[in-house]
Amino acid sequence: MFDNIQFASVGEFFQMGKYTFHVWSVYGLFAVFLFVNLFKPRMQRRQFIREQRQKALRDKQIAQQSVEQERADALGEGQ
Amino acid sequence: MWQWFFRLGSPKWFYEMSGKWLPWLFVLMTALLSVGIVWALLYVPQDYQQGDTIRIMYVHVPVASISLACFPLMAVAGIITLVWKMKLADMVAKCAAPIGAWFTAVALATGAIWGQPIWGTWWAWDARLTSMLIQFFLLIGVIALRSAIESTDAAAKACALLSIVGAINVPIIKYSVEWWNTLHQPASNFSMAEDSPMGPEIWVPLVIMIFAVYCFFVISLILSTRNEILERERRSQWVVDLIADERTN
Repeated sequence: MFDNIQFASVGEFFQMGKYTFHVWSVYGLFAVFLFVNLFKPRMQRRQFIREQRQKALRDKQIAQQSVEQERADALGEGQ
Repeated sequence: MWQWFFRLGSPKWFYEMSGKWLPWLFVLMTALLSVGIVWALLYVPQDYQQGDTIRIMYVHVPVASISLACFPLMAVAGIITLVWKMKLADMVAKCAAPIGAWFTAVALATGAIWGQPIWGTWWAWDARLTSMLIQFFLLIGVIALRSAIESTDAAAKACALLSIVGAINVPIIKYSVEWWNTLHQPASNFSMAEDSPMGPEIWVPLVIMIFAVYCFFVISLILSTRNEILERERRSQWVVDLIADERTN
């Protein structure tokens, strides 16, 4: 079965008989479809983790600032 | 006995297990796709009527048939959401809708490109084509409905109902070519029989491509469900730890 490639030359393969546009646009669309649906979730995951890290960092800074503020207030009241 | 069922409903359990399945599914998909595409493009004999457009079938048929799996999946997930209020089922249903819309759109587009030289038209209001277009709009409807409702629980219930109703369209698509006289050809029966009109050199690569595209569907569904789990469980300790441990990239 595998000794009968349907095309005599590489040029003929790319030409696909009369149907160059039809065959290659379908396979091109399929490639885009695969690529988008496999890589989009990966990008979204990366984005989500980046956002959550920044948020955690911000929360930490805010917590620290309020602790310092309270300490300063306590000192102010003491004097 | 039901323990496994409820454990399956635990987003954390699913997240951990799917992380183990993904590499294997990815290897399987890549292997099947490489064999299937090379076979379809190089070795499948030209059709005596359609010439090289027969190669379009190896993309169109798998994508179109797997697009039909989406509504039944969403309907089953919807029933599980309504009956057992399992959070994971709703997450899967939410992620399946846009993937299903992609599959349906690609099936319609590849069908149009195939129809142009063979039928002489890009589009016809034929029963199969029209019911597929309805499936596409139903999926867009499910996505729009979810984004229109603020509360996650209310959105889950509404989408579950719409998915169950929308699943009625699936048998209509499936049998449209038999119930109505359509331009679209009926499904071909392939068998091992000597006198079968469709020889193994035609259908074996098709079966390979169907399995490859199935793997792709499952992988993309798992990938986006995992993102949905992280998003919805972002306040639970295991997600906080996971985000802290993840390598920076």
